[in-house]
Parts: sequence; structure tokens; C-alpha cells
Amino acid sequence: MPSTRKVAVISLILTESALFSVFLVAYLFYMGKSLNRPFPSEVLTFPVFATVALLSSSVTIVFSEMALHRGNKGAFHLWWAVTIALGAYFLWFTGTEWHHLIFTDRLTLATNVFGTTFYSLVGLHASHVIIGLFLLTLILVLSLLGKFPADHTEHIEMISWYWHFVDAIWIIVVTVVYIISVRY
Amino acid sequence: MNPETLDDNFQIPAPERIGQERGSLTRIVQEMVFTVDHKTLGLMYIASGLLFFVVSGLMAAMIRIQLSVPRNHFLDPDVFNRLFTMHGTAMVFLVGMPIIFGFANYLVPLMIGARDMAFPRLNAFGFWVFFFSGLLLYFSYLGAPGLYAAGSAPDVGWFAYSPLTAKAFSRGHSTDYWTLSLLLGGIGSIATSINIIVTALCLRCKGMLLVRMPLFVWMFLVVAFLVIIAMPPLSACQIMLILDRYCGAHFFDTQAGGSAVLWQHFFWIFGHPEVYILILPGFAVASEVIPVFSRKPIFGYPVMVAASVMIGFISLGVWAHHMFTVGMTSIGNTFFAISTLLVAIPTGIKIFNWIGTMYGGKLRFELPMLFCLGFLFQFLIAGLTGVMLAIAPFDWQLSDSYFVVAHFHYVLIGGLLYTIFAGLYYWYPKALGKMPDFKLGLWHFILFTAGFHLTFFPQHLSGFLGMPRRIYTYDAGRGWDLWNLISSIGVIFQAVGILFFVFNLIYSYVKGKKAGDDPWDAWSLEWSTTSPPPAYNFETIPEVRSRRPLWDLKHPDDPDWKYE
Amino acid sequence: MRPVADMFRPLSRPAEMIHSSSLLVLAITAGIFVVVSALLVFVVWKFRRKGPEDDLREPPQIYGSTHIELAWTVVPILITVVLILVTSRTIGEIQNRVMPENAVQIRLVGHQWWWEIHYEKEGIVTANELHVPLSRRDGTGERPTELILESADVIHSFWVPQLAGKTDLIPNRKNRTWIEPFVTGTFFGNCAEYCGTQHANMLLRVIVEEPEDYEKWVRKMRQPAAVPHADLAAQGHKAFFANSCINCHMVDGTVAAGVFGPSLTKLMTRQTIGAGVAPLTPETLRAWVRDPQKLKTGCLMPDMKLPDSEVDSITAYLLTLK
Repeated sequence: MPSTRKVAVISLILTESALFSVFLVAYLFYMGKSLNRPFPSEVLTFPVFATVALLSSSVTIVFSEMALHRGNKGAFHLWWAVTIALGAYFLWFTGTEWHHLIFTDRLTLATNVFGTTFYSLVGLHASHVIIGLFLLTLILVLSLLGKFPADHTEHIEMISWYWHFVDAIWIIVVTVVYIISVRY
Repeated sequence: MNPETLDDNFQIPAPERIGQERGSLTRIVQEMVFTVDHKTLGLMYIASGLLFFVVSGLMAAMIRIQLSVPRNHFLDPDVFNRLFTMHGTAMVFLVGMPIIFGFANYLVPLMIGARDMAFPRLNAFGFWVFFFSGLLLYFSYLGAPGLYAAGSAPDVGWFAYSPLTAKAFSRGHSTDYWTLSLLLGGIGSIATSINIIVTALCLRCKGMLLVRMPLFVWMFLVVAFLVIIAMPPLSACQIMLILDRYCGAHFFDTQAGGSAVLWQHFFWIFGHPEVYILILPGFAVASEVIPVFSRKPIFGYPVMVAASVMIGFISLGVWAHHMFTVGMTSIGNTFFAISTLLVAIPTGIKIFNWIGTMYGGKLRFELPMLFCLGFLFQFLIAGLTGVMLAIAPFDWQLSDSYFVVAHFHYVLIGGLLYTIFAGLYYWYPKALGKMPDFKLGLWHFILFTAGFHLTFFPQHLSGFLGMPRRIYTYDAGRGWDLWNLISSIGVIFQAVGILFFVFNLIYSYVKGKKAGDDPWDAWSLEWSTTSPPPAYNFETIPEVRSRRPLWDLKHPDDPDWKYE
Repeated sequence: MRPVADMFRPLSRPAEMIHSSSLLVLAITAGIFVVVSALLVFVVWKFRRKGPEDDLREPPQIYGSTHIELAWTVVPILITVVLILVTSRTIGEIQNRVMPENAVQIRLVGHQWWWEIHYEKEGIVTANELHVPLSRRDGTGERPTELILESADVIHSFWVPQLAGKTDLIPNRKNRTWIEPFVTGTFFGNCAEYCGTQHANMLLRVIVEEPEDYEKWVRKMRQPAAVPHADLAAQGHKAFFANSCINCHMVDGTVAAGVFGPSLTKLMTRQTIGAGVAPLTPETLRAWVRDPQKLKTGCLMPDMKLPDSEVDSITAYLLTLK
């Protein structure tokens, strides 16, 4: 019989994918339909560092898990902390980007349909990063305090699956928003 | 417990059974609030669903009183509009969903030989979130007046089309109660569905391959997958609506270039699978009851599984048949007409499989079977009116008319509710240890069936004659008077029928004949344990070799596994 | 008068197209119903448990039959193919009709809870009741009416069953439909998409006339409104233009050009008031002017709180709008 945790996380990923799909479709539907500026081509720049950071965090979390399997607790904690740091940097970058968009470019949720769909889609993703970071931090703290049972490797694996999912969504979002829609 | 301190007078505690230890009221309430047991939660889901059913049914009765004669003054238009909105919303989300989850919760672990659902605490969470969402919806009657005293219960229809739900057209907070209630309820549904998926895929007892799972469990597996895929669009709708109403977003704001039709697309991408989510459990019950009372196995188990899975997939691609009138292109209309007709094929085939099960059997017309027979006849009609609606040009006349109202009530009452009655009567002895009274149930069946057809059959006719939905009154002389009057009279019979039903539930619990483990001589695992089952479900986890483990036990000379 | 809007008595080409495919569909579904319910009844009767002797042995345990299941899959598929062909043909017939040059063009704008009607070419603005010429089935007499459907607020739906299937009026979207009636008469319809409090009283009438009568109506509608001379009506005329009436209502040929409410041009040529909430008579007109909320509670014309004298005079003025 398959593992209950694995099936549960796969189901969670399926349902979250459905949720993201709807906001993605809304974004695609409204591409080019804003009646007033600012438009994507005017205010969006591809977030290179943030993307590199977030996608790297998927690699570092794998390193972390590999260390755990080898029994190297120190390396596990280290790479896990790096993962959190990379995720936190991503959030910080998003924050500064939004600050610029809102106060300098005057783009808000209410400005036009681009603003509406941009903030809701990217915001939905960011909220999932926040949840992910919360879970990752919780694990790190519990583990450092020695409260994490040694045989709970599957729990770690499931959280990493969630984290990979969040990264995969980012690949889709960044492609649609920063590569495709900047033509509009 | 330290074995050395045990003495001869030590009594091994009896297994816990519901109702066996006469606990105090506080004890019972405490148990309900803290329980994570799938059986208790299952019964709580069903009881809450039935409670909301009665409230929502009373709303329907008020609607029918208002519509019994032309230009009636029983209800103001605003009151009427709130009533049909609340009736529809409650029936789908506070009656249909909880009752089907209640059935799943109670029976899936028992049928697969498990001790509980995979995540018992998540299970409890799912129930309480649903229950709170129900209270929240009804609280709107008290809490919604808002700044312009323009609130009260939502009055935007159960599918709340934009831009009617925009702040400009729906002032106060009534729409917000609708939005938040459904958002919360959706979270509960997704949680419970993940639980069902994990339970069915991971906790089956030894020997129970997927192809030996009862059809009931298969259908709920399809339902659970549909929920986790189709609920998020509804949640997305609610989030978008809240953003539009409070943060100035423009998802559905036609002034800013937004699309009013976008809501319809997103809503019906949820809404159509939702109706399959509601009816598949009905199929699940019928697939358990009909074989037992025909004394034969289900005819064509593999095809029944395949058809259910196909229905699940296809149902995700038919949504715009609710939108034939919005002005889609001829290609769009044709595509959705085709996909809708396609989904009718696996659905219709199931009816043949059930009849095929009955053919050559020895039919026993106990209460569960009576209601399943009603289901077969009524669902046949419902399916055929559905085919009519799939024909887009025909739908251009019938959409948004009383014909559609008749269609979906034939599906949901004639189909789903009848199988719910069948299931409640069938598993009543298992859950409560007493047999339901046949005579009271027969009165329930006869009166309710008469009332149901009296109310809903004429609505096909008023639809043909041009009566639109959701109108609080109508002029005399439109050809609708007689049909509306008959329709309203039917309510009386339905109400009395329900009274018999409720009375039966209570009376049988108090005075009913004691039921053994297996009063119906059935074949699935839940009948192998006591009635009611102990908290741990089975003394020992069973091991199965076929789809009908109890048939194998009862017929060791002719077991199923020789033929499967 | 054709208050009974029976979709099975179509009197216009698109309704007839729908009707013929509907009859086929009804026949097929009725046939399926008869066959399957007969089978059900037969099975219930024939295989009922006849008594305790029936409990001694279980019946033969049949698990399925590939042949039978194949048969009852293939037949529904074939029926579905037929239905798909019929459906696509009818959809194409109706949606892809090319409007001839002489087609009447009407623009309908849906409001909560009335219909704004524009004859762009003829320069007429009216409300709630359309006039259209009938069409003849032969070549030269063919004259359909094209309807452009828009909305000023929420979603509404145009539905006059004997003339056509329904099409929605959606804000920020232009929908097109057409009717082509072959007989004269007044056809009744309703708004068919829930649009708020008074959705039930957003009724519609389509008055189909002989071509000559239609032209007469068009000419009449374009005549400017006469200034009344009779005492009461003249007072009412003054009051109407002095009060805020003209902020919402228009009267063609005067300075009244409000667009929030229905046009009152040639008001008295209409059959109903309040988009069908009551027949239009001097009494109902007076009641409306006194307090529209009494006749159509929740409608967007407030109680203007006019003194009785003004109610009388304004009503008298409105009665001259013919």
C-alpha cells in the first residue's frame, strides 16, 4: 500500500495546482485588456536574482535531505538553513519589487486588470512561499532543539515536495508574467 | 495497567458502543466536540445535513406558497429572492455535501476493513469548518444589514453571477456572508476529500486490491478527486469576488474592461463537476443496495468502475452548457453540446447495469430497495431531460426556465435524495442497532413520491410555456396558473412524507426491533462487525479474496473468487 | 394577444428551427423513456420475490455479459451521434444566418428592470415594447429583425419563446440575435436572467405588424410631441419640465433627454407600465406617478413625493403623449 503521507501531499499539490490554474487563466485572459496604464511592458523586469534564489533553494533542500540520509545532522541543518535564507531572499525581493510598483509606478490591485491579475497571481504564490518558509523554519527549530524524531524522514521529504511544488509554480508564473506578458 | 495489580474481580471494560453506555448530556456533547472517530463524525455530518435540509425545505415551501397563485402577496420580492438564494445554496453546500461526506466517513473505513480514516484529526477539522460555514451563512439574516441597511441574507441566486454581486448592485454584507461561507465550506470539503483519497488508496485490508473494492468506495474515490480538482475554482471565485468588492480589484468589473462572463466560466468549471460530486454518491448507494435486494452481484463491475472514472473526467469538460445563452460562438456551443452528450453515455449505461443486476434476481422490496426503484425511474427522467438541455438550440429556449428547475430537482431529489433515503434506511441498523420501521417508511415513500411528482413534473410544462426561473410572481393568463398550483399542492404531500421519515428515524431508535450484525444478508465488510460497530471497527482486521467477502464466508462451496 | 408563450407554437423562423430539432430530440428521449421504463417495470414484476420459498436458494450469480454491455453501449453512442449531427446543424443555421440588407436593426439595452430600445436607423428611442414588421416566407418579403443586445448594469436575458431562443444582455459585451415572425400579434416575453429585486417584472412585448402598419408606427414615433393646451395638461407640462423628471426621462422632440429611466416618447401607445407590472391605464399611470414603489417596490424610480395637484397635472400631461 502506498504511504499515506505521500498520497496526501500529492493530493494537496493537485488541489493547489487547480487553484493556481484559475488565477493563471485569469492573468492570461486579461493580458492586453487593461484600459489604462501602467502596462506590463512598462513596469515589469525579469526578476533574475529572485528566480535564481528560489530555484536554487530546490537544489539546496535536496542537499539537505541527502545529508540527513547520510546521518550528517550538521550538514542537514546547514543546507536547510540555506534553503530558508534563499526563500526569504525571494520574499524580500518580491517585497521591494512591489514597493517600487506601488509607489513609483503607481500600480495597485485597483489600477487596472493587469494590476488585479498580477498581484493576485504573484501574491498567491508568495503566500505559499510564506507558508513554506514557516514550515521549513518550524522543522529547523524543532530539529535544532532535538525534538525531531530520527525516523521522521518522510515528513521532511513531504515538506520538500511541497517546496519543490512552490518552485515549479514559480517557473510557470515567471514565464507567463515576465516573459510572455511583457509584450503587452 | 500493571498486570500484577489485577485481581480476580477486575472487569475487562466492555467495548464502547454508541448509546450503550447511557452517558450524561455533558458527556455526549463533550464526546461530539472532541471526537475524531469517523463513525461519530459521519453521523454528525448526516444529522447536520438533515437539519439544514428541514430548514431549507421550509424555505422552499414558502417559495411555493408565494407562487401558488398569480400576483400573490405572501412574500415581498426581496424576501422571495433571499429565500431562493438560501434554499439553493443551503441544499447544495449544507445538505448535499455534508450528507455525502457523512456517508463516506461512516462507511469507507468499514468497507475496506480499516480502523478509521487516514487522518482522524483532519476529519474532525473538516466537519467543524463545514458546520461553522453553515452557521455563518444563516447568520446573514441577522448580521448583514451593513451601512445602507441593505443587507440580510444573500439574494443573488446560488450561483451569484457578476456583476449582480458587485458592491454597486449588492450593497451591505449579504453577498459577503455567501462568499465567506462557501470559501470556508470549500476548505472543509477539500480536507475531507483528501482524507477519503488517502484512506481508500492506502488503508485497504489485506487482499483488497483496488479491483476488489466495493463500488461504493470506488465512486467516492472519483468524487474525492473531483472535489480536489473542482473546488479550487470556486475558492478562486470567492477570493476574486472579495478582492473586487473590498480591494477595488477588477476581475469582474465591466467598467474596467473586465468580463462578467469570466465569473460564469470559473463558477461552472466548479459547478458542473459539483453536480456529479453530488450524484455519484447516490450511484454509490444504489450500487450497494440494488445487488443485495436482488440477491445478485452488481452486473458488470469493471464497466461500472470505468464508467464512473469516465464520468469524472468528462464532467470537467462540459461546464459551458450552463452558458449556452451568453453568446458564445457556434463552435463553442457545438463543442460543449457534444461533450455534454458524451457524458450522458456512461451515465445512462449505469442505469442498464442496475437493471441488469435486478434481472434474474429475487427482488425484495424492503425500504432501501423501494427508494432505489424510485431513484431508477426518476433519474431516468432526469437524465433524459438533461439530454434535452444538452442540445444547445433546445437549451436556448429551456435554459433559465422552470424546465431546468424541474430537471435538476429530478436529479437531486428524485435521484440523490432517494438514494440518501435508501442509504439511511439500509445502514440505519448498522449505525444504530435497530431496524427502521417498514410501515412508517412505506408511508414516507408513498407520500413523498406523490408529492415530489406533483411538485416537479408540472414545472417541465411551465418551462415549455415560457416561465422563467427566479421570479417572485407572474401574471395570470400566461398558461402557468394551473401548473404552479399543482406544484404547490405537492409540497403538502412531501412535507407529510418527511414528517413520517423523521418520526421513523426517532421511533425506530427508541422502539425499533433490535438489528443483528447483518439484518439484510449482505456481502460487504461493514456487515461483518457488530451493529453498531465498536470504536475500533473490527475485532481483527479482515482479509479478503473477492469483491464480496461475506458471500465467500456464507457460501464456502461457491465463493466469488472462483469466478472473478 | 399571445400571452401564452408556448415554445411549441413557434411563429418565427429561429423558433421554428429550434422547434423542429426539439421535436426530434423529444421523440428520441420519449422512445428511450418508454423502452427503459417498460424494462424496469417488467423486471420489477417478473423477478419479485414471490414468497418464503424464494429464500431457499439464491438466484444464479451473474457477474456481467460482455455482449450485452457492448450492445447497450453501442446503441447510446449511435443515438448520441445522431443528436450531435442535429445539434450542430441547428446551431449553425441559427447563429450563422446572414442578415439581409433590409433587416430591421434594433439595439436593446437592459436595465434593472426595464428595456431600453433604440431603432438607430429610424432614430427612435422607446422602452419595453418592440414593434417589428412581419416577414414573409418568399424571397422579396423576407425581412428579419436583428437585435443587438447590451446591458447598462447587470446581466439580463431576452426571451420571447415564440419568436426565438434566449440570448443574454451582458455589460461590456455586444450580443446579437434575430427574430423573423411570420404572423402578426403581440408576443409576450420575460427577462430570463435573474437581475435583482424586480426581475419578475421585467417583461417584454414584441408587437408584430403588417409592413404598412409598422411603417405607420415608425412615422408616428418620429413625430414630435405636441405641447398640450388643455389646462391641467399644460400645468403638468410645466411641472414635468420644472421638476427633476427630465433628469431621468426623455421625451423625443423636447429638451427632456434623460437616459437613466425609460423614454416616455409616445408613452400612451404602450400597453403596459413599469415594464409589464400593470396594464397602462390612466389609473395605473396616476398611481405610478404618485408612488412607483407601490406598484414596483424596489424599482429605481423613487417616490417623488409630489403634491396631489402635481400628480394630477403631470398625469394629465403624460396622457397627451400619444
